Amino acid sequence: MLKQMEAVAAGGETAVTRELTYAQAVREALQLAMTRDEKVFMLGEDIGVYGGAFGVTDGLYEQFGPERVRDTPISEAVIAGAAVGAAMTGMRPVAEIQFMDFITLSMEQLVLQGAKIRFMFGGKATVPLVLRTPAGSGTGAAAQHSESLEAWFVHVPGLKVVMPSTPYDAKGLLLAAIEDDNPVIFVEHKLLYRTKGHVPEGYYTVPLSQSEVKRPGRDLTVVATSIMVPRALEAADILAQEGIELEVVDPRTLKPYDAGTVTQSVIKTGKALVVHEAPKTGGFGGEVVAEIVSGAAFDYLEAPVRRLAGLDVPIPYNRELERTAVPQVEDIVREARALVQGAY
Amino acid sequence: MRPSGLTAVALQEALRKMHLIRLFEEKAESLYALGKIHGTMHLSIGQEASAVGACLALKPDDYILSTHRGHGHCIGKGAEPKLMMAEFFGKDVGYCRGRGGSMHIADVAGGNLGANGIVAGGIPLSTGVGLSIKMQQLGKVCLTFFGDGAANEGAFHESLNLAAIWQLPVVYICENNRYAMSMPVEAAFPIAQISQRAVAYNMPGVTVDGNDLFAVYEAVKTAVTRARAGEGPSLIETITYRWRGHSKSDRQRYRTREEVKAWQARDPIAHLEQQLLRAGLLDEAQLAEIAAAAQQTIEASVAFAEAAADPDPASILEGVYA
Ligand SMILES: Cc1ncc(C[n+]2csc(CCOP(=O)(O)OP(=O)(O)O)c2C)c(N)n1
Ligand SMILES: [Mg+2]
Repeated sequence: MLKQMEAVAAGGETAVTRELTYAQAVREALQLAMTRDEKVFMLGEDIGVYGGAFGVTDGLYEQFGPERVRDTPISEAVIAGAAVGAAMTGMRPVAEIQFMDFITLSMEQLVLQGAKIRFMFGGKATVPLVLRTPAGSGTGAAAQHSESLEAWFVHVPGLKVVMPSTPYDAKGLLLAAIEDDNPVIFVEHKLLYRTKGHVPEGYYTVPLSQSEVKRPGRDLTVVATSIMVPRALEAADILAQEGIELEVVDPRTLKPYDAGTVTQSVIKTGKALVVHEAPKTGGFGGEVVAEIVSGAAFDYLEAPVRRLAGLDVPIPYNRELERTAVPQVEDIVREARALVQGAY
Repeated sequence: MRPSGLTAVALQEALRKMHLIRLFEEKAESLYALGKIHGTMHLSIGQEASAVGACLALKPDDYILSTHRGHGHCIGKGAEPKLMMAEFFGKDVGYCRGRGGSMHIADVAGGNLGANGIVAGGIPLSTGVGLSIKMQQLGKVCLTFFGDGAANEGAFHESLNLAAIWQLPVVYICENNRYAMSMPVEAAFPIAQISQRAVAYNMPGVTVDGNDLFAVYEAVKTAVTRARAGEGPSLIETITYRWRGHSKSDRQRYRTREEVKAWQARDPIAHLEQQLLRAGLLDEAQLAEIAAAAQQTIEASVAFAEAAADPDPASILEGVYA
């Protein structure tokens, strides 16, 4: 059910916005992009009649047909590689890798081919592709269906990495990613698919590389990605009752990363906590911390900059162990409170 | 009709295991519906003859590798249903200490090197197991199960080629249940039979009725004998069908009810029972007894699993490193 309501869009015009789920927002972006540009097409496993493992592409096969919504065999290397090849020669593919875990099978074509081709060829080739993939734990799917591998791709020059946390961002960032002339890894989160938010009708983009303050606050900057954004916002609600005001910043695009917004926030609050689901060691949080302490915010720091991230453990099956493996709302509340109260 | 070398006792045991697989999975399904277990699961109901017939050709210390649809392989190789059920419940006494769940059940001591969440993930591993058997002259065989969908991963091709050039004791069993999730084999392959791919790797390739225990057993026995004799790998395709959806979230929009019904009329368990009756090996009363005993085993496994303790969250890092 879509709740119709009026809202004022950025340009001052009146745009229709409705409540959509994150999955619906992604689907609407795909629909708009394919309608607008016939070079845009999709390929992946079970994205056709099945509608995708999480129902995200539901109805697109019926609307656009088997030529543009292409079901592939289970062959992740060639899904990625075919997307690179097609992108180099005039198409704008949107590939889907059914779970981010399986991107391990696509790595060579993405990392050694897609990411580098433009540079290696002296800037004379263009690789405008998007690879969408759901990441994250929380579904009881255990160690091989719960990975959060975004940091791997951040480490590869030539790739962009996007990780939306709201339906609004999912739609606008996906449209921006499809417009972009570079290979973009677009990381969705399984637990976010059913979350709802206001999404304007029609075409709009959210620029890649713009962090956003999702909630203003004076006491502590919490930099959170993907599913950790709603968790941080929930923690902020809880702590607000104790008089602690968190400022929640969502990078939205991890590469290229807009560190400036975080720096401004930390200059204001003097304290920072970085939260992500992926294991702490080697995670994107290290990058965020490095940007904070190596720039203009350094002189304003009143406490050590902390990270709250996944444990260095494969995601376990058992419900309680699975929860223990990644930050939960109560963990963010505890850590944020401790930081604000000067425990470190 | 009654394959040579299979005793009446072995056949009864095979029938018992087929019942155990079906009942285990029906139980898992209802426990999931009750919210007692979480995650997802891939049921092999309808494919029991392929799992049990293949394992019947193995010795206890041979190896298998399995798939996401692996409960049947696990029981076929001789795993204890109560330890499998405990794993389903995420309990500490489960085969994987509650860390793996349905998709990762392994019985390492029993020669089952694991179900696998990754399509074709087990195929290269089995090739390595074959290499290890050969280098250490263990005289064992490694049998690896995978689905039709897995045969379109690069890992399948690399593995078969390596096993062929090194003459490794591996039996590759492709359980062709007509679909890889929603993708029908007709759309995924330009060939009529997946076993044709054996030609490219110069190894024997056969396609058999995967719902006929004897047909599966005979083909695997031949391949196992060959492998044990140092004559190299084989590819066997068992034609079968999954009665349930791919996983818990499948709306099954890619196939018809009629098609499912037609395959259900070819129930591998009923088929074996008929064969055993006709051969005069078992009577109706004995058949009923075997089914009832299997039912009891499954009920007991649930009681065992429900009573078992959860892993201590403080132990979460145990097992990451040796
Ligand atoms: C590398 C990889 N790609 C995709 C998946 C998602 N997936 C799991 S099972 C499956 C279908 C497998 O089909 P098949 O090999 O025929 O086995 P079946 O499920 O029919 O037993 C898919 C697409 C996966 N687990 N691993
Ligand atoms: Mg299949």
